Amino acid sequence: MVDTSRSPTESSGFSRKLAALIIIIYAVVTLIPITWIILTGFKSVTSSITYPPEVFFEPSLEGYVNLFTTRTRQSQEYLEALPPPETWYEELVRSREMVIAGPSKFFGRYANSLIIGFGATFLSVFLGALAAYAFSRFKIPLKDDLMFFILSTRMFPPIAVAVPIFIMYRKIGLGDTHLGMIILYTVVNLSLAVWLLKGFMDEIPREYEEAAMIDGYTRMGAFFKIVLPQATTGIAATAIFCMIFSWNEYAFAVLLTQFNAQTAPPFIPTIIGEGGQDWSAIGAGTTLFLIPVMIFTVVLRKHLLRGITFGAVRK
Amino acid sequence: MKNKIIHKAKGLSDRAVAWIFITPTLLLLLAINIYPLIYAISMSFTNFYANKLGREIKWVGLKNYAKILGKEAIWERMQITASFMFWTLLLQAIIGLSLALLLNKKFKGNELLTTLIVLPMMLSPAVVGVFWTYLYNPQVGLFNYIVNFFYDFGSFDMIGSSTLAPWAIVIVDTWMWTPFTMLICLAGLRSIPNYLYEAAEVDRANRLQQFIYITLPSVLPFLLLALLFRGIENFKMFDMVVELTSGGPGSATELASIQLKREAFEKWKTGYSSAYAVILFVTIFGFGNVYVKVMNKIKDR
Repeated sequence: MVDTSRSPTESSGFSRKLAALIIIIYAVVTLIPITWIILTGFKSVTSSITYPPEVFFEPSLEGYVNLFTTRTRQSQEYLEALPPPETWYEELVRSREMVIAGPSKFFGRYANSLIIGFGATFLSVFLGALAAYAFSRFKIPLKDDLMFFILSTRMFPPIAVAVPIFIMYRKIGLGDTHLGMIILYTVVNLSLAVWLLKGFMDEIPREYEEAAMIDGYTRMGAFFKIVLPQATTGIAATAIFCMIFSWNEYAFAVLLTQFNAQTAPPFIPTIIGEGGQDWSAIGAGTTLFLIPVMIFTVVLRKHLLRGITFGAVRK
Repeated sequence: MKNKIIHKAKGLSDRAVAWIFITPTLLLLLAINIYPLIYAISMSFTNFYANKLGREIKWVGLKNYAKILGKEAIWERMQITASFMFWTLLLQAIIGLSLALLLNKKFKGNELLTTLIVLPMMLSPAVVGVFWTYLYNPQVGLFNYIVNFFYDFGSFDMIGSSTLAPWAIVIVDTWMWTPFTMLICLAGLRSIPNYLYEAAEVDRANRLQQFIYITLPSVLPFLLLALLFRGIENFKMFDMVVELTSGGPGSATELASIQLKREAFEKWKTGYSSAYAVILFVTIFGFGNVYVKVMNKIKDR
């Protein structure tokens, strides 16, 4: 007898357990590098370059101190002549025979990442929602062609347009500014935002806003008060993708910004200590840099899969 | 009747609202995307150097294109790019699909594990690149330690050796982006309606037959779509590789996109590199087009 009561996508207990086991093994292996990044951030510089690599070590905040400061090496006599250190981090730096020369650029770079990342995410989701709504609801001449045009802008290699953008930005005073980078990332994200959000808007019944308009709302009012709240899942999913991109982007950042508006991705790889890269500080910087996207992902994880589903089904 | 009421509603007409909503997006795309692209194409016919702005710009016709295509270098870079793409896409397809099939078995803790597996994808490729130089370090690297723990190869240098370096970038890319293939395949698997399997059970198809005749054909379009996106991204990609190997040793891992970056931003040969970019763009556009056609044919079957 064929067991028809069992749903076909539900497998037997054994194969499910085996699947779980393999997935757990994969997850552990794939998380080793990320765990290692986080651990290295809490190692002292010496412990980060021992062999064999230390899994158990005495935790130290040297990486974080190095990340946020610049230091100079001083002679023993000079250090002894100084008044005693006032803070724990000064003490830590002195114990390495150095003094703090000043703050590093990390804080500024991180702040730039936050401003540009959130600014571009907000702007691309907002503009994307407006355009998606129009494409979803109204008769627009050449609608399909316009939608394809919007998608095709995603295929251009960034380096191909970096030089023209560099020249253009310098002419109109947007070179190396937050606003310039926010606009640039917004544009790169827009194609995805419009496509994803149109899928979600199509799912919202027109009757909702029509009813609202009978009640006296204008079209604009109905959009902001009725449609947008209905599209929350779509907005969240789109926001994740836009955020991941603008938070991590490197090519434009390294080519178009230098002092004012440089974000953290081009900065972190340049953290060097004496005689090579300072891995503790890089680990610390990477960990701090990972936290916002990690929170974003964990909080919005349900929308992530839904967002991908939509993106995949809609094409 | 309903329409009439809506037309009487106050505020702007629908037409006006439609244009107000679309115009900002179109204007931004035109200004920041289309204009620079046209600019780049027109520069590709000149001898323009972006670091010598005062210099007279001369029209050179197709000379840049002839120069690039006539040199061995581009074909070597294309070969390196092709083999990088072949291995990353193959590995990501196999591992990503397998993981999706396993995750689709809906065991306990499934969702948490999916979230954890997806994490590498959230990292910045440039930061990933620099950190893997640490993991690959022949003296202190964790990767080398773990490999030697299982089989003692002695000292080896993933980045410094020209035979190993291409594999070093393949490993990192696969580690980082397999979750992407996995997620899209998972979305595909979840969209297969249950009645297909129920019908198959009625027809007494066994598990293997169900897999070959239902699961695989349904998930294949999704897998191909994921590979299309990965292919486009990997063809343009340079951030992770620049930070990891910077194209070396020699030019063992110098992808076409990295050479493009060198010409454009180290040698500042803007005209020449614009022509290079156009060649790359046409290549990926051409391959992409053929791929999409094949993909649609498979989907229609």
